[in-house]
Amino acid sequence: MSLQIGDPAPGFSLPGTDGAEHGPDGVTVVVFTCNHCPYALAWHERLTQVARDYDVTFLSVNPNDAERYPRDSFEAMRERVEADGGWPHPYLRDESQEVARGYGAQTTPDVFVLDRDGTLRYRGAPDADHRDEGQRAAWLREALDAVLAGRQPGRPETEPVGCSVKWR
Amino acid sequence: MRVELLWWEGCPSYPDALEELKRTLAAAGIDTPVDLVEVETDEQARAERFPGSPTIRIDGEDIVAPEGAEPFSLTCRVYRLRDGRVSPTPDPEDLREAIRRAR
Repeated sequence: MSLQIGDPAPGFSLPGTDGAEHGPDGVTVVVFTCNHCPYALAWHERLTQVARDYDVTFLSVNPNDAERYPRDSFEAMRERVEADGGWPHPYLRDESQEVARGYGAQTTPDVFVLDRDGTLRYRGAPDADHRDEGQRAAWLREALDAVLAGRQPGRPETEPVGCSVKWR
Repeated sequence: MRVELLWWEGCPSYPDALEELKRTLAAAGIDTPVDLVEVETDEQARAERFPGSPTIRIDGEDIVAPEGAEPFSLTCRVYRLRDGRVSPTPDPEDLREAIRRAR
């Protein structure tokens, strides 16, 4: 069962490719994503730019079953970040898939925005079209602007679009 | 000409790929039905040598050579557009070229 807008989001602490543990802290964006999905890859740069542009906690979480999808292994995640010259935000491994299940993640990507109290304020796609870089993750930015101003996002929920999470 | 579209339900790109394929065939004046092949298990993916959804084959040949050495499995396929962007569907020009080659 997915979290509903207004629900308290589960806290967590997951290992990152940087060797540290990370979890939600203040206003937080949690993006379930992965290495092998074309939708996640198409949206990646836009999401990374949001991480650079906003002073919030930004966490990318890979929950996919790496046995069936070796490109999503922790080692492959580390290699990807290294090949990119580092990311501006942590890339976390959800090996047990408990965090993804707790949030009700469906796809990669699937975006969640939590306010400073850890309440879910936005869930869905980064923007309206993975093919259009000019969209700049507009739905996520709208939600963050609202949450940082202490308002409810005007568009709290959109349909997540991407590859299904690869459950064990 | 035999045209196949292999797809997996876990990847939402197949309707877009089918629409583009039908549009491109029609524009080329080719009145050939598209055989839709749903891939439902990893075993079937291996048997079909399915590199991911969607995969389009014309006379048995993939319109774009699969990248990398990933195991055949139920997955979404990553395509590169001609401008370098990642896409869940092939570049329309690659599709047109493959149809021209097969005629």
